[in-house]
Amino acid sequence: MDEYYLGLVLVPTLIGVLAAVSCALLGNFLVLRKQSLMGDAVSHVVLPGIVVAFIATGSMAVAPMLLGAAVAALISALLIELVRNLGKVEPGAAMGVVFTALFALGVVLLEQSDTRNVHFDVEHALYGNLESLVWLDGTGLSALFDSQALADLPPQLGRLAMATVVVVLFVVFFWRQLVVSTFDPVFAQASGVPVRFIGATLISLVAVVAVTAFEAVGAIITIAMLICPAAAARLMTNRLVPQLLWSVLFAIVSAVVGFWAAGSGMELIGSGFSVSAAGMIAAVSGIILGLCACIGPQRMGALA
Amino acid sequence: MIDVSAFINAVTFNAGYNTAIVAIGAVLLGWAGGTVGTFLLLRQRSLVSDALSHATLPGVGVAFLVMASLGGTGRFLPGLLLGAAISAMIGLACVEWLTRKTRLKSDAAIGAVLSSFFGLGVVLLTVIQSLGIGRQAGIGNFLLGSTSGMLRNEAITLAVLALCVALLVFLFRRPLTLVCFDEIFARTSGINIQRTDLLLMFLVMAVTVTGLRVVGLILVVALLIIPPVAARFWTDKTNVMIVVSGAIGAISGFIGTALSASVPNFPAGPVIVLVAAVLFVISLLFAPARGVFSGLYRSRTFSNKVHMRQGLLAILRGEAIYDRDTIKVLRAKKFIRGDGTPTRTGLDAAENAAREEALWSCYLRDNPDAAYRAARMRLDPIAERLTAGEISELEKQFSSPTTVVSGSTA
Amino acid sequence: MNIHQSGSAALSVRGLSVAYGDKPALSSVEASFQQGRMSAIVGPNGAGKSTMLKASMGIIGTISGDARFFGRSLEEVRSRIAYVPQRASVDWDFPATVIDVVLMGLYRRLGPLNLIGRTQRNFATQCLEEVDMAALANRQIGQLSGGQQQRVFIARALAQKADLLLLDEPFAGVDAATEKTIITLLKKLVNEGGTAIAVHHDLSTVTAYFDDVLILNVRRIANGPVSKAFTEATLAEAYGGRLAQADPTVRAVI
Repeated sequence: MDEYYLGLVLVPTLIGVLAAVSCALLGNFLVLRKQSLMGDAVSHVVLPGIVVAFIATGSMAVAPMLLGAAVAALISALLIELVRNLGKVEPGAAMGVVFTALFALGVVLLEQSDTRNVHFDVEHALYGNLESLVWLDGTGLSALFDSQALADLPPQLGRLAMATVVVVLFVVFFWRQLVVSTFDPVFAQASGVPVRFIGATLISLVAVVAVTAFEAVGAIITIAMLICPAAAARLMTNRLVPQLLWSVLFAIVSAVVGFWAAGSGMELIGSGFSVSAAGMIAAVSGIILGLCACIGPQRMGALA
Repeated sequence: MIDVSAFINAVTFNAGYNTAIVAIGAVLLGWAGGTVGTFLLLRQRSLVSDALSHATLPGVGVAFLVMASLGGTGRFLPGLLLGAAISAMIGLACVEWLTRKTRLKSDAAIGAVLSSFFGLGVVLLTVIQSLGIGRQAGIGNFLLGSTSGMLRNEAITLAVLALCVALLVFLFRRPLTLVCFDEIFARTSGINIQRTDLLLMFLVMAVTVTGLRVVGLILVVALLIIPPVAARFWTDKTNVMIVVSGAIGAISGFIGTALSASVPNFPAGPVIVLVAAVLFVISLLFAPARGVFSGLYRSRTFSNKVHMRQGLLAILRGEAIYDRDTIKVLRAKKFIRGDGTPTRTGLDAAENAAREEALWSCYLRDNPDAAYRAARMRLDPIAERLTAGEISELEKQFSSPTTVVSGSTA
Repeated sequence: MNIHQSGSAALSVRGLSVAYGDKPALSSVEASFQQGRMSAIVGPNGAGKSTMLKASMGIIGTISGDARFFGRSLEEVRSRIAYVPQRASVDWDFPATVIDVVLMGLYRRLGPLNLIGRTQRNFATQCLEEVDMAALANRQIGQLSGGQQQRVFIARALAQKADLLLLDEPFAGVDAATEKTIITLLKKLVNEGGTAIAVHHDLSTVTAYFDDVLILNVRRIANGPVSKAFTEATLAEAYGGRLAQADPTVRAVI
């Protein structure tokens, strides 16, 4: 095994996998609730959150940025609800209004502030830089037991691992409430399930995951992973638990294959450059969905 | 921060040839976007435009690579826009295919196409970057748009395109309105719905592609979504909404480009979107037809009337009143005292309310179809709602012994 | 008389007013439904029939008024009530099987850590047998006919072991066999001491199916035993000129 394999390939791949899996798990419920595009909207408004946090603190420290992004994501979810209820407009249009307006605000604030000096730009926000999240001290298996080397692991790895654990715990502990309120909200409310609370928690977790993943891998993976694996999984099975498992599998495959294709795969076909891993992962998840749409055993609805 | 004289120059088209051309283009584009967007909103397909705009990116990348490999600069705008249009159509076809051929709903199809096409586009962008031929100025502008540093012929190309789109929208506004307003009527009057929907999507694509270079692919959907949603607060009528939405779009384009030209580091695209967003917030809050404040005021007034009526009837029956809102409205009118006992005026009002209730019941016995409207009307003084003749007729009935107050069968 | 003092009523509402914005849906409705009876809520379209059930269950907000179940507040007796929503209110393409949906009726009684085991599955299967659907227990719900979907909903309500069933349009768009199965089942439940309140739109079957009726048209028109409250006069008051068009058979029935 190449001595750099662990640090340069496995660690960023693992980061990609964690981001993909945590998004995909939540994505199942977004897709079933016909709220897929909430992920899209929430990911877009991370930008203004980060810019505001930067302007407020004047530093690129991670904690305030994550906080700013999370707050912005929650505010956008609230605004969407508000516009939808007050304006009585369809959810899609309400989302479109809110996320474009906030994203525009973010771009203008960014241009007006001096963030450009500290190397931050919109492109980075959109498609991150997964390739750079390497573990330089990870030069062999022995490094796994070397506390000094471990301390040098990219911090994104730990944060994403934590986010993934939180998502899994949420899905396991609130399983019944999630399922009932997704399938039949009226019945759920009548039986005393806190439907609004569950919905709000789901969106908050989407925001948390979007923010954590975004910092590591950019918005594009978040959006793709919140939708594509779950949508593809829906075409594979008619049961919810298998659907979740399929979506996790698709998320892992997208991350691994995408990361490989962006780096080693490009070398393999003899091209001398590497391309955006985030973009490639999103594209692979789209291809998986396309395949499932062609051959997935449950691709047709009962009425179609 | 804002340079007033530069702003005035920009508003009066005196800030240079390019700026004037871009401003004219933005106004036309804003109008076209607002108008087409109204149809899109009425057909409940607003976010299809989001998939469409993100799907332009791979096309831009491929067009760039093709033109560069043919020995060109790769920056040739019409070529890039053509590529954008083609891949947008492919993206749209994918959305249609996913929603028609599989069980996926449109939101999932839109999100999937949006993200995977965008991912592919990003891959192509990084290819171009590592080839070292596509400096940021080349196609980075397509993400967020930019008007500064735009070449004169680019500005002219965009203005002409915007003019064409606006003309097309103007020409086809009638069948589109008809289909959105009343699909069945449109069908019976010989309009092909599918073809009209296709036309709508073509116009959406045209607006998106034209707006790409100025507003950027992430924000160009705002031109199609924000103005119609804002317009919705001003009116319930489709044809009024189309006009209002077009106007909001045009105003946003105009003010946005003017601001962008007169304030440093104020990129045109996001600023246009922000101006539209401000107009949206104003509409949301203050529009008299469906705005938040007028809605709150109306439902508050209505709710108070309900409490007033129920409180008065309870007074008459000698029941204690517990509902806080009821107590509040009764106290405000001094119909009850602090201890909850009715005042003299309160008792009078209660008797009057009971009389009106009874008259309304008589009225509804004769006009059952009016129940829905009457539920609101009956809370107002009867003299405001019915003519004196009608009332005296009701009073005659009421006093006759054969009439029973409704609900007595319980 | 204060309705709430007749504490045995399965459901009593007092002064219930509901509006969507400033558009009234219910105006000061007073009604009570006795235990051990089958009651119908009838009225023309837009009369607020479903709204009344939803407002009673706290699913939508009210301007004023309250609802008491068995003389108590909803929270105290929620586990004794089963609510059957309109069939069209859910997405039947949801990835679940028939028995999954029935098991949802058990969620309230199971603690978050109690797993669903053989006992629960057997019980759910029994509930499905009651509506003659046990054979389809593992079928994907999207493959069911409208009548079968309604039966699954009824089975889920049975699984809740409730004393009071609130049904929103249980016979809308179902086949004759299903309608018969459901009505037989409901009558059996009521004979055993249960209570059923159904939003109903078919005036011609009111007399045959129900003991009591609430006739509604934004306000209460009449409420009481079918024999007294369901008269030509009250119906005319609720439906006006539409009655004749709505159902020519009704006049023959009443």
